[in-house]
Amino acid sequence: MKRIVLWSAGLLVLAALAGILLAWPRAEFIPARSPEAWAATPANIARGAYLARAGDCMACHTARGGTPYAGGRALATPFGTLYAPNITPDGKTGIGAWTADDFWHALHNGTAPGGRLLYPAFPYTNTTKVTRADADALYAWLRSLAPVRQANLPHALRFPYDRQIVLAGWRLLYFKPGVYAPQPARGADWNRGAYLVEGLGHCAACHSPRNGLGATDARLAGGLIPTSGWYAPALDADDEAGLRHWEQAHIVQLLRTGVAPRGAVFGPMAEVVNQSLQYLTDADAGAMAVYLQSLPAAPAPRHAASAPDDVMKTGRQLYAHHCADCHGADGRGARIAGNPAYPPLAGNGALTMPDPVNAIRIVLNGGFPPATRGNPRPFGMPPYSPQLDDAEVAAVVTYVRNSWGNAAPAVTAPEVNRWRAVPLD
Amino acid sequence: MPVPVLRSVALLAAVLHAAPGQAQPERGVPDTLAQRVAACTSCHGSPSAPPPTTGPRYYPRIAGKPAGYLYNQLQNFRAGRRQFPLMTYMTEHLSDDYLREIATYFSTQHLPAPVLARASLPADQLERGRELVTRGDAALKVPACVACHGQRLTGALPAIPGLLGLPRDYINAQFGAWRNGTRHANAPDCMATIAGRLSLADVAAVSGWLASEPLPDDADPAADVAHPMPLACGSAPERP
Repeated sequence: MKRIVLWSAGLLVLAALAGILLAWPRAEFIPARSPEAWAATPANIARGAYLARAGDCMACHTARGGTPYAGGRALATPFGTLYAPNITPDGKTGIGAWTADDFWHALHNGTAPGGRLLYPAFPYTNTTKVTRADADALYAWLRSLAPVRQANLPHALRFPYDRQIVLAGWRLLYFKPGVYAPQPARGADWNRGAYLVEGLGHCAACHSPRNGLGATDARLAGGLIPTSGWYAPALDADDEAGLRHWEQAHIVQLLRTGVAPRGAVFGPMAEVVNQSLQYLTDADAGAMAVYLQSLPAAPAPRHAASAPDDVMKTGRQLYAHHCADCHGADGRGARIAGNPAYPPLAGNGALTMPDPVNAIRIVLNGGFPPATRGNPRPFGMPPYSPQLDDAEVAAVVTYVRNSWGNAAPAVTAPEVNRWRAVPLD
Repeated sequence: MPVPVLRSVALLAAVLHAAPGQAQPERGVPDTLAQRVAACTSCHGSPSAPPPTTGPRYYPRIAGKPAGYLYNQLQNFRAGRRQFPLMTYMTEHLSDDYLREIATYFSTQHLPAPVLARASLPADQLERGRELVTRGDAALKVPACVACHGQRLTGALPAIPGLLGLPRDYINAQFGAWRNGTRHANAPDCMATIAGRLSLADVAAVSGWLASEPLPDDADPAADVAHPMPLACGSAPERP
């Protein structure tokens, strides 16, 4: 009996290994249209530069204060720390020795030359949707950068996540290469938006919940970014960052300038707007808006909001003293020459999500929306962490979550304390 | 169009205009840089809300410091050469142009001088601090602070900061950061070199003396200092 169990277990393991080996490296090859597709022509390079902005490659492939695209930024994950590599065309430390096909395999199949499997912190689950023509333009542009000799830092992943065989198993479960397939019934704008959001834009990297193995699903249902401590709101839920009831022009304005009449970007999204979205054309930002507005609405959870009277009273006093000058006693924000200066808090989904982390951190950290071409001199918010204690922050956050028609669960001092010490970087 | 119809159209328009959410006139705020940088002045103070002049303080005085110095520091925070998470968070998505405008704005501000308690240092340590600040220590190859930061220690244009009116804890923290390699400036990093040559006792003496020396009413930075300066500084390079 015992022998049969052992044999069956052994067979199962062998079958699993065979499956992984068969699926290795799970690649799909599409050839370039012609060598002209990745030739160093001004048109290819300009298109590649634009696409690199749309993909925000810089965000990960540049360390703070470092040379753009020379890598080195640490990406903390629950499985260990990954260091984004140098993607400048240096022959020794960058990707100078890569061919256009090599680059395609990285973007589309998540593999490096020689077949090494790449970690999905590089969002190839999204970039696999990028067309070969766009990949070739990106390649042409990357080749045009000045090579920077900067050695890559080795990843620091915990066992067993540092094993290629484990990664192969992960890919078997969660990765299938495939270029974006347009849906003819949906129209050009919708398809362009879907291509950008699901592909290069890799919005799901933050805006989708991750499971225990770090995999996202295609829906943009929101999730806590585990290591940075920001909640990336659901883009399909009206009570979070769902956009179905926004004017399309306001969505474009938010993506391209960082501020809009109904809200402003903050935290990691400020970086995305600053380095990526502000450079999109109106047409592309509009296409993204069309697609995002079409997401099927997630059912809105009704939370029974009840805030203790004494907390609301303290919150109201603190709000009047610290917040009302800018956001208004009526929570409607303020504008300047018709443009958004301070966002409204009434009806602002960023404050009333079930998880209050963002509202707490905005009060603790303050900050500026990004200085963009459309909003070059943004209005900033003071950090209140030096001025208010945990109970006071909890009271004022509870107050803004439950005033002017807003309704959300009250916040407690220990919740505030949890986010006070989270690193800002 | 008959008049009653026009009237009802006008009435309808008025009602729509008064619909909730669009009703009240939009609230405006002053279109000033002071308004835009309220995020800075909540810690660093403004003429209308100066920082507390007594009690424990940490945040440095930035009003009236040379614009070149302030701009360098804003850039250093943004690039991670100086490490204070809140300052990096504030600056990381702001442009060079905006940071320069903010730096220039604060360089023209004047805040009331803080009231200083004399440091509770023994007289001999205060004297050691005064000696280092005003004459330096040739044996340690440490130049006098006044050689670069101005005879009145109010800094020098375009990019050398004044040293008076700063909290003692802040000064100590900067020396600590230079010694630990967590505060950097453009190379050559003269202050990191000097900090490495001072003992902790000397740092305490210098910070104690500086923090207890009153800021003059006219705290404008000097137009220039004597050249060549004792050490080469990347942040305040010698002009050709």
